[in-house]
Amino acid sequence: MRTFLTSWKTLKASRADAPDVGHLVDTRCSPSGGAKRRAPAQAELMSNESAIRVRGLRKCYGPLAAVDGIDLDIERGEVFALLGPNGAGKTTTIEILEGFRHRDGGTVAVLGADPAEAGRSWRARIGIVLQLSTEPELTVAEMVGQFAAYYPRPRNPAEVIELVGLGGLERRRAHQLSGGQRRRLDVALGIVGRPDLLFLDEPTTGFDPQARRLFWELIKLLAQDGTTILLTTHYLAEAEALADRVAVLAAGRIAALGDPATLGGRASTGAQVSWDAPDGRQTVQTATPARVVLDLAAGLGGDVPGLTVTRPTLEDVYLDLIGAQR
Amino acid sequence: MISTAIAPGAESTGPELALPGAWRTGLSRGRLEVVGFFRERQAVVFVFALPAILLVLLGSIFGHDAAGYGVSVGQLFTAGMIAGGIGSTSFQNLGLTISAERERGTLKRLRGTPMPPAAYFIGKIVLVFVCTVAEVVVLIAVGMAFYHLRLPTSAASWWTLAWVFALGTVACSLIGIAMSSLPSSAKNSFPVITLPFLVLQFISGVYVPFTNVPPWLQHIAAIFPLKWMSQGLRSVFLPARAAILEPAHSWQHGATALVLLAWIAAGLVLCLTTFRWRTSRDG
Repeated sequence: MRTFLTSWKTLKASRADAPDVGHLVDTRCSPSGGAKRRAPAQAELMSNESAIRVRGLRKCYGPLAAVDGIDLDIERGEVFALLGPNGAGKTTTIEILEGFRHRDGGTVAVLGADPAEAGRSWRARIGIVLQLSTEPELTVAEMVGQFAAYYPRPRNPAEVIELVGLGGLERRRAHQLSGGQRRRLDVALGIVGRPDLLFLDEPTTGFDPQARRLFWELIKLLAQDGTTILLTTHYLAEAEALADRVAVLAAGRIAALGDPATLGGRASTGAQVSWDAPDGRQTVQTATPARVVLDLAAGLGGDVPGLTVTRPTLEDVYLDLIGAQR
Repeated sequence: MISTAIAPGAESTGPELALPGAWRTGLSRGRLEVVGFFRERQAVVFVFALPAILLVLLGSIFGHDAAGYGVSVGQLFTAGMIAGGIGSTSFQNLGLTISAERERGTLKRLRGTPMPPAAYFIGKIVLVFVCTVAEVVVLIAVGMAFYHLRLPTSAASWWTLAWVFALGTVACSLIGIAMSSLPSSAKNSFPVITLPFLVLQFISGVYVPFTNVPPWLQHIAAIFPLKWMSQGLRSVFLPARAAILEPAHSWQHGATALVLLAWIAAGLVLCLTTFRWRTSRDG
């Protein structure tokens, strides 16, 4: 597992290439950590053109470091997924970036501003999708219209309602909506302000598979439109379907970061070749699956019964990664 | 469809766009606050209708006993219940709804938008103003219909009604907003918001004529706005000579205004220092 991890180091490009800024932050969860909040590099981070730039982010709850030195660069227009088990620090991280939570250390720039100090015009450029349990007695149209009025250049509320799939339910009160419909209303409220950057914290938890696919389509449309999207999710398939890059968080640190297709060397590490032999199913691990298959076919003089060639799934990689941190 | 729904170039590189102003946003919030309030049956019954129901009930049970000096107990109850009604639609209304909004994340969601914080409070002011005026009108109507309540005839009495209403509503609203931070969850709002309000109504001359309240409880009641509000309203709706029934044998308008203004100042400071957009668990 150690060697597996060391191969990640090269993938952590943002950590390696970044100007050395946030790493100097005290790693202990002591009150003194808070004093480092305004690292000198803050001004430098803010001038950067990235949508999100994070160096040495730390957040402690009592003696526990929920976020323990995270570096992150998310480019404009990118769809980025944060993966990780419960308690890995996903929500804490995203809430610091949203300006909801204060950090204990490190530097953060979101759309060029420090979220801890950013004002209304910054808020006008971000969208936050929150999942709320119950809502007041207002209708879908009233709520979306109301939220549109908070922004300087909102989308047309009627079109947003249509876009999230609530067309025809405009006059339905929020508490009369099904769980899935309510989630769509949450999304509508998050995107009606035409954000440059959209935060989605576990947006499809509780969705049925069909609703999840529809939601993915919506996110892809927003991404095509140039919206930068940061989402957290428990669903590996979701990260794979939507994200340009993913970061796996474990115990408050980034365990891996990269393209979901190649994360953990999925594309280059060994493949499994399996087939049905006369004496039962055979499996071999190989770095050269094509050669194995050719040899098999030659040996059998034609078809190979029950032939499969598999690479590790993102889930396999993920479980290895978070297992490694435990 | 998407091409029309989402204009190209979502990047805001152009000149800074004007953010919607607090007043316009606040007034449009206020409209929906009122709409939402009157759609929620529980709020309407508990916050809005209960004082009127209790007035009919208590007035029917005790209303025909004469209190002396040309005052019927029905009139006493009506004046007191108007004070209670103002407390209900301002203090209790805001204490319950804001703590519920905080718990279910409505406040957090608003905080994540560019909505000016003042707009939220302007919306609440509209809600309280509309509800409280309606409440007072309903209670006066009940009093006139059942208990020979007469509208004030002198300009001085109307003026008293206006300032007691205004100062009382503002004081109770600010205390309600401040207290909304206390319940750790909506389930706790009964002991924290409703129970103290209920107790105060009993000792402040709302449910029970103030003269029947034991002196030590009268002293406690005198700390809080409700006693002064109901006393001020008695001065509006009862004959002038009924002032002799008050513990001080006078309507004490000066003291009333001072106490209410002091609560407004204290409430404002509390709101500014303690208002939270999130629950304490949210960190």
